[in-house]
Amino acid sequence: MSTILDKSGFNPDKKLKIVGTSPVKHDGIDKVTGRAKFGADLFLPGMLVGKILRSPHPHANIRAIDTAAAEALPGVKAVVTRADFPECPKGSAAGDMSRNAMAREKALYDGHPVAAVAATSESIAKQALKLIKIDYEVLPHVIDPVDAMKPDAPILHDHVRTKGVKDAADKKTNVVERLELKMGDVEAGFAQADVIVEHEYDTKPMHQGYIEPQGCVATCTEDGQVELWCCTQGPWVFRDRLTEILKIESSKIRVTQSELGGGFGGKTGFYAEPIAVLLAKKAKRPVKIVLTRGEVFRGTGPVSGTRSRIKMGVTRDGNITAADAELIFQTGAFTGSMFFNAPQAMFTRYDLKNVKTVSYEVVSNRPKVNSFRAPCVPQVVFGVEGVVNELAQKIGMDPLDLRIKNAITEGYKTIYGETFGPIGYLETLIAAKNCDHYKSPVPKGQGRGIATGFWFNRGGETTGTLNIATDGSVTIILGTTDVAGSRISISMMAAEELGIPVDKVRAVMADTHALGWNRVTAGSRTTYSSGMVIIDSARKAITELCRRAALIWGVPEEGVVFEDGYCRPASSNVGEFPPLSLAEIAGKTTLTLGAIAGHSEMNVTGAGPGFGVHIVDVEVDQELGRVDIKRYTVVEDAGKAIHRLQVEGQYQGGAVQGIGWALNEEYVYGEDGRLQNPSFLDYRMPVASDVPMIDTEIVEVPNPRHPYGLRGVGEVPVTPTMAAIANAIGAVIGVRPRSLPMSPPKILKLIEEARAAR
Amino acid sequence: MSKKYHVTTTVNGDEYEYLCEPQQTLLDVLRDELMLTGTKEGCATGDCGACTVMVDGTMICSCLMLAVEGDGKKIETIEGMAKGDDLHPLQRNFLELNGLQCGICTPGILIAAKALLERNPDPSETEVRYWLAGNLCRCTGYDKIIRSVLAAAKEMRGA
Repeated sequence: MSTILDKSGFNPDKKLKIVGTSPVKHDGIDKVTGRAKFGADLFLPGMLVGKILRSPHPHANIRAIDTAAAEALPGVKAVVTRADFPECPKGSAAGDMSRNAMAREKALYDGHPVAAVAATSESIAKQALKLIKIDYEVLPHVIDPVDAMKPDAPILHDHVRTKGVKDAADKKTNVVERLELKMGDVEAGFAQADVIVEHEYDTKPMHQGYIEPQGCVATCTEDGQVELWCCTQGPWVFRDRLTEILKIESSKIRVTQSELGGGFGGKTGFYAEPIAVLLAKKAKRPVKIVLTRGEVFRGTGPVSGTRSRIKMGVTRDGNITAADAELIFQTGAFTGSMFFNAPQAMFTRYDLKNVKTVSYEVVSNRPKVNSFRAPCVPQVVFGVEGVVNELAQKIGMDPLDLRIKNAITEGYKTIYGETFGPIGYLETLIAAKNCDHYKSPVPKGQGRGIATGFWFNRGGETTGTLNIATDGSVTIILGTTDVAGSRISISMMAAEELGIPVDKVRAVMADTHALGWNRVTAGSRTTYSSGMVIIDSARKAITELCRRAALIWGVPEEGVVFEDGYCRPASSNVGEFPPLSLAEIAGKTTLTLGAIAGHSEMNVTGAGPGFGVHIVDVEVDQELGRVDIKRYTVVEDAGKAIHRLQVEGQYQGGAVQGIGWALNEEYVYGEDGRLQNPSFLDYRMPVASDVPMIDTEIVEVPNPRHPYGLRGVGEVPVTPTMAAIANAIGAVIGVRPRSLPMSPPKILKLIEEARAAR
Repeated sequence: MSKKYHVTTTVNGDEYEYLCEPQQTLLDVLRDELMLTGTKEGCATGDCGACTVMVDGTMICSCLMLAVEGDGKKIETIEGMAKGDDLHPLQRNFLELNGLQCGICTPGILIAAKALLERNPDPSETEVRYWLAGNLCRCTGYDKIIRSVLAAAKEMRGA
């Protein structure tokens, strides 16, 4: 069956009534009144409290687990350990998932789950955890990824052999993969350059920092049917993984998504959910597990820390001739960092012919990393954009002009093989150059930095349904998660298609029994992909509406057209009929052929690449080393902003997450391999008084594959931030920081070094 | 099992009774015993503000107050903010100006903002930012939250 993807997408002539405005989101009312149900907000009759015991050791063999005393405690209804998890082969994807959910042979990080209990109260559950005896054989541990690459480093997994390296066959290692990606001839490229800049950079793991800790409620019937309520970015993926590691058929697992209290990539994989299912299976009662903030820091997320070496060359007149990079990604105790995004995206803004990148993914005794906006890209863009600014400085060119001179445009073939269609990078750079912020002089005592970022944007497997009620109002069932406002944006596109007010439309998120498979909500794919299937569904419903109108009028189907919410005769030759509204047609279901609906499932392609420019002015306290963000502007191509305030919100939220990553946030480990700052007091995210208003400029270069031209907007806003801030700090203190976070002690050290050098 | 204490309190104008363990917090009881789940737990250590409520007119993190201390107190939570069909101007401005994304921090921020406007009906942007510095939001970058509070303040002043 032909779908929307086969037809020409963007229609520049369509007059828009709803798309591009900012109606109040329909799910908002529940969120300002306290009604909205998040992961921790479900209560079921007879529900038990589940608690998880976690390893205090970063690396230890688990010789034995004795749960007898815990099981004997009155009020304890179930205890779960590794023994309750079905066997999953070591080194397989399922084996890793199973072992991350519950340690098997070894505990691999401080915070690794080793046992769990379900009890009638939280205090009994906590008491029971203390009664579980674990016999650990503590092993040497390694935290830093560079240390983990050394030949004598403690080995986490006996089965790991470096993928992508010849002769790796029999060598135990912590290096999971070596990935080389190149094009052209870098040696020749650097030979053409007049100026070459090369530096090393390091970034620290940060946490996604969602305010809602993971929470779930599981039930399991005597005949093995599972219901799981949880906050998730991927109900279908959670279901599939439960099937894989718990060996339960997918049709017997129903995952229902709660409202999501922030995810940013960190809720694309499960943590306590399989444990809750096993506890519920044993106890035959509902079990709720809500992680504490300490557990969230120790056991979930975070984001890969990196080490990188980046080298680029430019001619005196501003042609960037070559780029070379070596990148190391810390992935935590298990593979899965998505580090391959980095070499694909890091230079993809510059019209480069000669590029070489070598990337490594390395395991160490830390929690397994999880996705975060533009996974693994901002960390290395931090270095690239610092190098480019230094090149501009060395050849005496404005940093935006150097980027404009080297900007990629339509037809550019990327290092990963995609040839770009129409992209809005140049338009975004020019908008940045012309915006009030960039044109205003830098205030005295402050420094200005700019940086650019790119994200592919994603499509993927998506399913959705649109139903027309008998009164002509419309309900939508979505397979993706609403992470920040996609329900309203998708409702707006449906209303635009159907020619009805958006208030007549309501969208809900489906459970896994209600729709076909959906990829996780990630990579800035949701409003694009679910929007596509719902527009497709709306168009199918319109075809059906026309067929019904033809039946009502007794005319051929070709004699009916749909315009502005009504079926009308295509011409006066068809006959004189008053137009029929959705309600007038759908209300006559018995007369015609039953309910009217549209349904669509697609592997959505054609996502439009996104580009952004950040401009920031900072003040640096020369005595304290504190950096103050004084003014911040995000300029980014949205393709088309469906809901303008939502798009601005994505830009602003991304920038402030980046500000936290730039200035404060990091995981701090002690010599003992334990995380020292697992709280919001010691892991300090930006608060309202840390930041100014974030100005935004929405550039709109339509994505030709989408009916309204939209691209994704969620990932790009965090990619340039740390680099922009580093460049601004460099403009004040004379030396550009190359290590995150750019916290006061590091800035003070740089100031002192710069003074000494003078 | 530890001894439970009997507590009588007023929440959003209604009298409630509950039994609580000595170590349970007011937040635990609001959510788990009274089913008032609009008040959220983000950290349980007083660092995120998601559990902000009013107790006898004072703004507190309900995770930092023991449930037994609720005896005889007047507690206000997000569930009591709208009156009938009338949203509080803060709630309405948060909706209209998109002062929320995921919504998990929103109840705490609304309670805190209401407390601010009760003591200072005409705060500056800086005053709003410092007042709300105890309420973490990870989605919005705070911009639209601050604008929503300033717009509600203006509306409430009749300006």
